[in-house]
Amino acid sequence: MDGNLNALTTVFTEFYYWVTVVFMFLIHVGFCMYEVGASRHRNHMHTLMKNIMIIPLVTVTFFFFGWWIYWSFPNFPFFGGLNHDAGAANLPWSENMGTNLSDRITGVFWAAFLLFSWTAASIVSGAVIERIRSSALWVHAVMIGSVFWIIDAAWGWHAEGWMVKYLGYHDAYASGVIHAIAGGYALGVIMVLGPRLGKFAADGTPRDIPPHNPWMLTIGIFLIYSGFWGFYAACNIPAISPEGIGGLLTGETWTATNIYLAPTSLSAITFNFLMSLSGGLMAAYVVSKGDAFWTFSGGLAGIITASAGNDLYHPIQAMLVGAVGVVIVYKLHYWVERTFKIDDAVGAVAVHGYSGIVGLIIAGFLLWGAPSSPYEGYAAVNPVGQTIGAVIMFFVLGFLPAFVISKMQAAAGVLRIPVEVELQGLDYAEHHAYEDAKAEIIAADKAALNGGGVPAE
Amino acid sequence: MSTIGYDSWAVDLAEVGAVYPFQGSEGLMVVLGVIFWIGWHRIQFVREGAHLEKAKEMGDKEKISALLEKY
Repeated sequence: MDGNLNALTTVFTEFYYWVTVVFMFLIHVGFCMYEVGASRHRNHMHTLMKNIMIIPLVTVTFFFFGWWIYWSFPNFPFFGGLNHDAGAANLPWSENMGTNLSDRITGVFWAAFLLFSWTAASIVSGAVIERIRSSALWVHAVMIGSVFWIIDAAWGWHAEGWMVKYLGYHDAYASGVIHAIAGGYALGVIMVLGPRLGKFAADGTPRDIPPHNPWMLTIGIFLIYSGFWGFYAACNIPAISPEGIGGLLTGETWTATNIYLAPTSLSAITFNFLMSLSGGLMAAYVVSKGDAFWTFSGGLAGIITASAGNDLYHPIQAMLVGAVGVVIVYKLHYWVERTFKIDDAVGAVAVHGYSGIVGLIIAGFLLWGAPSSPYEGYAAVNPVGQTIGAVIMFFVLGFLPAFVISKMQAAAGVLRIPVEVELQGLDYAEHHAYEDAKAEIIAADKAALNGGGVPAE
Repeated sequence: MSTIGYDSWAVDLAEVGAVYPFQGSEGLMVVLGVIFWIGWHRIQFVREGAHLEKAKEMGDKEKISALLEKY
């Protein structure tokens, strides 16, 4: 860190990402609360544990190979080989991946991406509650969190990614690279996993399985909103000079940029985050006739739909895009549920997957012709590139691998819990032990109160 | 002699890189880490399978009924 300005910029950037990481932790807290609130009493602890253990499993695998994939795969395998130079510094045995006084940024940058990985895995976790084996879900968590989402990030969320270069793919706040892929992945798993017992009547009519605790659900989704705000900041480079970018920009004006190093500002994304949240909430309230679950989830879907272009949209555009997305997503969710008998317990496929697809395509039209990158020779943003991008995210890297892996797990009999256990609840053994222990201590205390025994100590 | 390669901070920081203990053994650390990770999956997978097999026979109709009512 030679020179005061360089030192200050490095330390500021280091601290900036560190703060976003802490904010983004709230996303995971929110997902946990949401899942537990949506699950029934007899499955609470397993539901919680299933999501919590995503944290260590995705973290260690993202350290071992996920982070290396991001730096090595921008053009691999279709438009070049692995980028060994960039990848080498991010291998788990590299000196950069540790306490190193000549590298003050890799750890926090790694962590910012890692928190996105947790989110991708956690989205899938919600859709499969109350009937998947934890061991099966944790394999999926590693696959989406440390392999598939980070491949899509290398391709479409990297300044040198081939999708950006050749398709003009633009996805500033991850409509596709996190949400469409996670929604597609969740759909792939639940298509094989099947619905919860009782979800569909004998004639195929879907039944509502109401959340056990709507308040927990509400607080959960508010925490997700808060963490999502941090996520937006984490998607930006906070301050960089045109010289630092090294592209077509002229002059000496420093700027914040999106992940592609194209200029935006924290002000712009703050406007657009809040306006798309509002558009989503308002449209969801109307379309769902005030249903609490859909209204709150609609806020999230609104942000996700507008996220692809929220670095450049006008706030009113962000609001309208969020609103339009929510209406499409709501209708699509029930159509898919009725037609294909899909049980998406928390609406993850709709809120994340369909919103992501719709958001990418809308951005292709609204930002048509805008530069996708500050570098020369890149395709401009366009609807065809965005649509192809949406297909890659949702189907190719999301749905397809999830479906294949789930089929293998189902064939081996290790995907779904036995029907007897589903009925009695995953927590039955723990409940049993808890109730027995409770009964014993209450009996001992009562005996002591009546002078007939020794008090519990 | 120091495990981190420095036994004094009388240094120019511009010349300092990695400062974690046992530099040079990163490959071994990765191998140990991967064994720990894969081993964890293996242990959890076996335990969960055994638990679910046992749990299939565990249910008491009356207690399950009470749990279903509890929602």
